[in-house]
Amino acid sequence: MTGTAPSPSAPKWPVSLAANPNLSSWIRISPDGQVTVSPGKVEIGQGIVTALAQIAADELDIDIARVQMVRASTAGSPNEGVTSGSLSVQQSGRAIRQACAEIRQIFLNVAADRLGVRTELLDISDGTISGPGNISTSYWELASEVSLDRHATPGAVPKSSAQRTLAGNSVQRLDLPDKIFARARFIHDSPLPGMLHGRVLRSELSGATLVELKEDGARKVAGLVAIVRDGNFVGVVSETEAGAEAALGALRKGATWSSRETLPDEDGMAEWLKVQPAELAVIASKTASSTPEKMRTIRRQYARPYIAHGSIAPSCAMAQWTGDRVRVWTHSQGVYLLRADLALVLELPVENITVEHMEGAGCYGHNAADDVALDAVLLARAAGGRPVRVQWSRADEMSHAPFGAAMTIEIEADLDADGEIVGWRHSIWGNGHTARPGRADQPALLAATELARPFPRAIATNPPQANGGGADRNSVPLYDFPSWQIECHRLTIMPIRTSALRTLGAQGNVFAIESFLDELATERGEDPVDFRLRHLSDQRAQDVIRAVARRASWKPAQRDGFGYGLGFARYKNTGAYCAVIAEVEGAEDISVKRLTIAVDVGEAINPDGVINQIEGGAIQATSWVLKERVRFDSQRITSNSWTEYPILRFNEVPEVQVEVMSRPEMEPVGAGEAAHGPVTAAIANAVFDVLGLRIRNLPITRERLIAAMELSS
Amino acid sequence: MPKIQFRLNGVETDIDADPDTSLLSILRGQLGMTGPHFGCGAGECGACNVIVGDRVVTACDTPLWSLADKDVTTIEGLGDAQKPHPLQRAFIAEQALQCGYCVSGILMSAAALLMRNPNPTDTDVRAALDRNLCRCGSHNRMVRAVLRAAAEMHAQ
Repeated sequence: MTGTAPSPSAPKWPVSLAANPNLSSWIRISPDGQVTVSPGKVEIGQGIVTALAQIAADELDIDIARVQMVRASTAGSPNEGVTSGSLSVQQSGRAIRQACAEIRQIFLNVAADRLGVRTELLDISDGTISGPGNISTSYWELASEVSLDRHATPGAVPKSSAQRTLAGNSVQRLDLPDKIFARARFIHDSPLPGMLHGRVLRSELSGATLVELKEDGARKVAGLVAIVRDGNFVGVVSETEAGAEAALGALRKGATWSSRETLPDEDGMAEWLKVQPAELAVIASKTASSTPEKMRTIRRQYARPYIAHGSIAPSCAMAQWTGDRVRVWTHSQGVYLLRADLALVLELPVENITVEHMEGAGCYGHNAADDVALDAVLLARAAGGRPVRVQWSRADEMSHAPFGAAMTIEIEADLDADGEIVGWRHSIWGNGHTARPGRADQPALLAATELARPFPRAIATNPPQANGGGADRNSVPLYDFPSWQIECHRLTIMPIRTSALRTLGAQGNVFAIESFLDELATERGEDPVDFRLRHLSDQRAQDVIRAVARRASWKPAQRDGFGYGLGFARYKNTGAYCAVIAEVEGAEDISVKRLTIAVDVGEAINPDGVINQIEGGAIQATSWVLKERVRFDSQRITSNSWTEYPILRFNEVPEVQVEVMSRPEMEPVGAGEAAHGPVTAAIANAVFDVLGLRIRNLPITRERLIAAMELSS
Repeated sequence: MPKIQFRLNGVETDIDADPDTSLLSILRGQLGMTGPHFGCGAGECGACNVIVGDRVVTACDTPLWSLADKDVTTIEGLGDAQKPHPLQRAFIAEQALQCGYCVSGILMSAAALLMRNPNPTDTDVRAALDRNLCRCGSHNRMVRAVLRAAAEMHAQ
């Protein structure tokens, strides 16, 4: 590694522990040798449960096999908001580490009393506490006399990185054997006793009103329990899943819908976004100390389309009423937030609602998980106290769930006589990037807008910059430009539903910034690696760029038909550093052959888990860049199947090489969203390298390449 | 309605249902087997893949009538923790998934490949899995795992 190692930042009191100070809400130790760890964050396919178990086992000095991980539930889990933003290790991990450090100390003190020795002379090994002369006790022996029902207090100091034995090792994921041996673990595979099946009828028309509903056909279907209608919300409940599907099909034939809403022209989205009613926010402003001489200004516009979550499983939930209380099983990212929205819709106190997490398929943001939970709750009211399972169709999943927002980004750079950047302006137009439940006085759930007494559609907003921002995420350059002005125009209308998708606006902004820098460097005849290093004073940023350049032997000799490009970002400007070099092969179509990546996540709790997240993020981003675009006509979303919304396939997946920087002394940060922006930019820059074409509108498809060729000829 | 008979994971099975019912609906409904997953219902994602005879098919659009007297193998018939299939061992060794929802279908595509080609190349594996979708981006790990399983089976 080159350069001096950055110094660790001073540890702060973990936010999740401040919000949930009771030690026993996190950790319980039982006399039978088990340690129960209860995080507020949930498994969404990212391996968080394993990383948190490692942290707990490490700090308590126990074998990881003793750790039982509890699924989040509003019945007792710490409230950690939502599992998003690559914050689970930062928030849950630090809270668990701190809580376990204190618990370890508490047990050591009690053991010292009992054994009559000083705590410094005691040692813990797999929960057995021993001292000089073969004296010993254990967590399990002391468990019944030590109450953890007390608030965490500052004082206990977690182990240093050198003292940890599990963190930093690639422990195997705890949830994988179930999934590989097909033992029921997903909510989809976990029927409750006496369970019924529900389906909701939704029109493909956007903002549809139900004009007429003939129920006769559905009523004839065997096993029908109920048809539920409340305004435009219509569903069926059946004894069997096949019965529910059949009744839904019959109901669809009997339904007449109308809509007065029109969707914008898909092909003109980038320009359309710039002329809609919007709220302007100045994100950052920096004025140069001296006024350098500006010789010229270059302006470029970038755009990305709406992007679908496309989980492989359609969203699913179960609900069961007992009197005026309801229990809900969900793969939502935030059980407390979902409960808050359910309470608004049902006009019930939150105490009457219990929301429990169960695993779903990979979740990349706010998809339909919360929507289907309300669907299940509404249909279960007609089930006479029996639980009801509701599952969306693939088509509904691809057309009614929120999308990642389309973005238009314009950057202007003022250049001096030498082509050096002396001014920088970055403007963003688009819908907000989050309309998650539980954060407003109106619910954000789809069915709430369909009821006879409907709630208004929640217009997506942007989280503040202090939380990483939304549309503006990663819009403030990490580069040392002398001045800048960053602005964000958030639309106040929302014809196409948007909410959080992995990286929020970061993918678009990093694509724009890194494409533009590449263009400016090329214009100066300067190597893009050198150009970036010259503008970065952050040592860790320099280190990942140098590492990836070394690993990819930058810059490989020019080969006919192959191109190479670089992309870099620090996610949210506070999270993981990631630099990517893409190798693409291109003629009429672009194929990405190899992605070489260097990443700095601080302390890597589970290095293989980090690599898995980075590889996955890189491949998903490649899919976004080469293929993905939500399609629509004036009335409906048309990309409602895998044929209409293709994603990257096995034959098209690039080789991915990941180097994880060794930073055991630095605070750990998440890896799940670090790669998307840099991969996007690296591919676009590699396309320029091979074809001499700057593609500024994603995705980079054959038709976009042809359009760019025509423009440049 | 005539009963339809087939062998499911080696066990003679009679199903009394509309012959047009999908195999996936029978497996997950009547038979309570939750290994094959519903993903799209249109044969486009492979999450429900099973092996019929020696061919991998999407159970969601395979009608019951087409199975008469056939051998059907689901993920439940591939192996279990006590007696894992080499593919299952290899998927754990390579930590070859993230969310795992697609993996039962992918294991079945891979198992069918290894039945007809015990020495596949990287390209062969990618071609065999190309009709399976994975959204988490675990593709390369899965390919490595299939190659590892093939090598292991070859060594035995």
